[in-house]
This record gives sequence, C-alpha cells and structure tokens, in this order.
Amino acid sequence: MIEGLNPGLIFIAAACLVPFIGGLARQALLLALPILGLVQLYMMGMGSWGHYEFLGMQIELTRVDALSRVFGTIFHIAAFIAMIYSLHVKDTMQQFVALIYIGAAIGAVFAGDLITFFAFWELTAVSSVFLIWASRTERAYRAGIRYLVIQVTSGVILVGGIILYYQDTGSVAFGYIGLTGIASGLILLAFGIKCAFPLLHNWVQDAYPEATVTGTVILSVFTTKLAVYALARAFPGTDILIPIGAVMTVFPIFFAVLENDLRRVLAYSLNNQLGFMVIGIGIGTEMAINGTAAHAFAHILYKSLLFMSMGAVLFRTGTVKASELGGLYKSMPYTTVFCIIGAISIAAFPLTGGFVSKSMIQSAAADGGMVIVWLVMLFASAGVMDHSGIKVPFFAFFAHDSGIRVKEAPMNMLIAMGIAAFFCIGIGVYPGALYALLPYAVDYHPYTSGHVITQLQLLLFSVLAFALLLRYKIYPPELRSTNLDFDWFYRKPLKMLAIAIGRLLGKIWSWVGVTGQSAVGAVITVFSDTHGDGKVMARTMSSSVAITIIVAILGVVVVLFYRT
Amino acid sequence: MSNPDTEKKYWLDEPKNIDKIFYAVLVVCTLITLPDIFAMFDILYHKHLSFKMEEIPGFYGLYGLVSYVGLVLIAKQLRKFLMRDEDYYD
Repeated sequence: MIEGLNPGLIFIAAACLVPFIGGLARQALLLALPILGLVQLYMMGMGSWGHYEFLGMQIELTRVDALSRVFGTIFHIAAFIAMIYSLHVKDTMQQFVALIYIGAAIGAVFAGDLITFFAFWELTAVSSVFLIWASRTERAYRAGIRYLVIQVTSGVILVGGIILYYQDTGSVAFGYIGLTGIASGLILLAFGIKCAFPLLHNWVQDAYPEATVTGTVILSVFTTKLAVYALARAFPGTDILIPIGAVMTVFPIFFAVLENDLRRVLAYSLNNQLGFMVIGIGIGTEMAINGTAAHAFAHILYKSLLFMSMGAVLFRTGTVKASELGGLYKSMPYTTVFCIIGAISIAAFPLTGGFVSKSMIQSAAADGGMVIVWLVMLFASAGVMDHSGIKVPFFAFFAHDSGIRVKEAPMNMLIAMGIAAFFCIGIGVYPGALYALLPYAVDYHPYTSGHVITQLQLLLFSVLAFALLLRYKIYPPELRSTNLDFDWFYRKPLKMLAIAIGRLLGKIWSWVGVTGQSAVGAVITVFSDTHGDGKVMARTMSSSVAITIIVAILGVVVVLFYRT
Repeated sequence: MSNPDTEKKYWLDEPKNIDKIFYAVLVVCTLITLPDIFAMFDILYHKHLSFKMEEIPGFYGLYGLVSYVGLVLIAKQLRKFLMRDEDYYD
C-alpha cells in the first residue's frame, strides 16, 4: 500500500507496462491489478490525501468516503470480472486502453476536487473510444467518432461549468453543488450527457453495440455509473432529476421491445436502469441515495453478466441479432443459465440483487408520497421484465430453433459469468453485505411478506402477459431493422444541413475566386489598355519633346513661386 | 457441429410441453394472487399500504399485466413510424 495513492493511478501506471510484457506475465498483471487496487482502497481507509495548491486552487487527489468507496468497490469487482472475461484477448491496444479507461473511472470516483475529476473524466472519454474502434469495422469507426464528439462535448461543458463555478464560489471542491445557476447548470448538463439523460442518450445505444465482445462489457460498467456517482455527489435532492429519471425509465423500454440487436436491447435497458438511479438521486433522502448506490452496485453486476452472455453468443455465432438466433440453449447451456440469472436479477425477482436494491428507491418514492413516479417505476419494472428479463434470454437461447450449433463459451468467459452470477444471487440472499457498504446507515428490510408477494405478482403477471402475447401471436416478431431514435436528428437532417452548408460555403468560395479573378483580369485589361505595348503610357518620345515639357513645367513652377 | 436432425430431442422441442409451461404460468399466477384474497378477509396476510390503490385485490398483478400488454402493443404501433431498413444509416 502506498499512503494516499488514488487506486485509479495503479491501473494507469500498470497500463504502460502492458506493451512490454507478454504471455502469462501480462495475464497475471491484468488479473492482479483489480485486487491490488481493492487492497489499496481498503488499506487506506476513509480520508483525504494529496493536497496541493495549483494556480490558487485546492487540489485533492484522493478522497475516500462512503459514497466514493461503494462505487470504487464495485468498479474494482467489475474490472476483475471483465479481466477474466477478456483473458483470451491478444490485442495489446485493447488491453492497454481498457486499463487506462478503468483507471480513469476509478481515479475520477476518488477525486476530491473538480480539476482532478475533470482530468480523469476526459481520460475516460478518449481512452474508451478505442474499445469501440478495436472492432476495426467501418460502422464501429463511425460510431466511435460520434461517441467521441459527444463525450468530449460533455468534457468541454464540464470545464466551462467548473470555471464559472470557481469564479462564483472560489472553490473547486467536489462536494454538493446543487442547481443554482449557469455554472451548476453546465456541470449538471455535462454529467447528464454521460448519464444518458433523455435526448442526450443516443451515444449509448449507438456506440456500445459496435464495440468488441469484451469492450462492450467494460464500457457498460464505467462511464454511465461514473456519471451517476457524480450526480449523487453533487446534485442529491435536485427536484428536476425526478421527472428526468422517470422519463429515462420509460421511453427506452419501447425501443428495447422493438430492437433486434440484443446488445442494443441491453443498451436501451441500461438507459432504463439509469433512470431508476437518477430518480433516487432526485428524491435525495438517505434511503433514496442508499438505493441509488445499491442499485448501481447490483446493476453493474447483472448488466455486465447480461452483456457477457450476449458477448459469448456473439463470439461463438458471429451475431447477436434476435432474428437470426434461437435454440442456443442446446449448445450453450451454461451461458443460458448465466444469462437467465442476469435476467431475473435485472427483473428484480426476490433472492437477486435487483430486488434488494431497486426496492429501496421504490420505497423512497412511496415514502415521499410520489404516486406518479411510483406508478411510472412499476410500469418500467414490468418493462424491464419484458426486454431484459424475457426478450434477451428468450430470443437468443429459446424461441424457434435457428439450427445454429456452436461450442459452449470459452472457459474464461464462463468463469467470469459465474462470478458475476454468484454476486447477483449472493447480494439477493445476503443483502446485509451490500447494505454495510452504503453511504448512510440502512434501516431497510427487503424481505417482508408484502414486498415479496407484490413483487412476485408484478413479475409473474408480466410473464403471463408475455406467454399470452406469444401464444396468440400478438408479440411483435423480431425483424432486421433500424429503429429511429433521437440520433436521427443528427444523423440525417443535421448531417444534410451540414452538407448543405458545406456546399453553400463551397459555392461562396468559388464565387469569391471567380469574381476575384475577373476583377484582377479587368484591372489587367485596363492597365494593358493604357500601359500595354504601343499604348499612351508605353510610347517612347524624342528627347527634345521631353526637354520641352520639363522646361515648361519648370517655367510654371518658377512663375507660381516667385509671383509673391 | 452436429446435424440438428440426428441430435437428441430436447424436452422443449415437444409442442405439448410448451403448453405445459403455459398452464404452469397460469397456475403460478393464480397461486400468487391468493394472498390478496386472504387479505380481503384479514387472514394470514396483511397489506402494508403506501397508496389507496394498493387496496384493489390483485393490484400488482393487474398493473403488471396491463402495463406489459400496453407496452408491447404501443411499441408494435410505433414500428410503423420508427422502423427502417437495417442499413438505413449506412
């Protein structure tokens, strides 16, 4: 342990070693890092380190408190699982950027001031895009560019907000900020972009499904949950977050029902899960913030489990399109079981992580008497049951048999999924361990008979609804398609507008060129008319005529000057 | 890879087993609604209410069923406006 060292920096420093070692040594390093980081985190204990003054601003490189520790802990666990899952990858570039990205996300969680936070925040953006580009396809390249533009925009807005905030308050401490004016508004907007607020969300669904098999698993963990952490740190109890979160829980589920690419379904589902966390932050009571932290913790586990299972399907079959898949339980039985565990966890069945975490936010809304939000969350929970609870496992592993026969997922992937599945169930069975990590003391008992029964009623009747819709052939078939979302506005009209403006500028430029040339041409013509060969100004004259003119001019001057 | 025609038959390959699952879901749903019936007569199970509407017997089940069907039907209609070719953006 190094006193006060931000655990994120361990990953970043070690990333620089990756290109120089290979084989087993590299694999050992990749697996050891999350453990080292976690040991560092818990050996340090709570506190604050690395205070420096930079241009008059107070820098605080490392700050460990209950809120940052719970997010940091799950980031380490998820990193460990992701490292096992991607142990077969031989791509040095991917391993390097993955470590930088993970390190930056962890570094940001433990940053005590906004400047340090901003530096790590930007690093997550520029490192993570390489996990998308690592697919090395044209689609991935373009999606990565769009992703990078949006991520960097978030960073630029954040730094603008920080500068204004520093001018207003004279402080760059990263604590409660609250929505009070332009400065805090910009910071909230920057966080909102990375948290995939409605209309700012499309980078998630656009980019994540284009990343590599392992890249998507890593991406799905960090960026958005870092934003959730930042919101929970700076904007707890900000009312506007409640309707924002409510919209987030609802609208992505419609797209998730329609979407064919199952990793994109999970990306919409991710968006919906973030909505629950944002609602919790908006409510802002101790129970709600606890719920948000717990939900982020459980969500990272089951969401990466689901992404891992779909990654395994993609790895073996070469596709994750629901329209092409089906019947895979026959050839990938273990992956099927793990996927189902992820599915029942996200759907929040009793004895899973989702049940003991989401219900805290739900109860916080009920305690606050927020009936509409409460009903919206119930509706969204039924929606989660559809797209992640049923659709993903059903269309990949069951439905009609596609005839695809492949090998089971590689051992390292199975182990990674097994660990995630173990945690999903473990938290559900023994929630006390998770509750002990939460920012505030927990006085909440998820396993009351009423809660278990009502939750089972909600979920089982959703299953019944699916069974009915399927039996009477009402459930919409999976079709190869693209569904228009808000990104249409910048991928079609805005693109056309940009192209049109480009054309217009081109026209103006060529007009300037042509007009300029003809103007110069006209001047040349005028001058060649007067100064050209044999023209007035170019004629030669005899010296006697020249002398006569000079004498005449001299005479005029003399007469003018001596007259007075 | 093995030939799907010659490989072993799975339990789920049999259409009548799919029916069995369907009926099992019906039975389970009925069972999980029973506590609400008990609660009406105040035996064994008491509801802890946050909102008035939770008094409706089977509220959660009905709400889940209606939400789910509504969601899927609305999404199906949205397809008319939102669905494009797979290579729409390419």
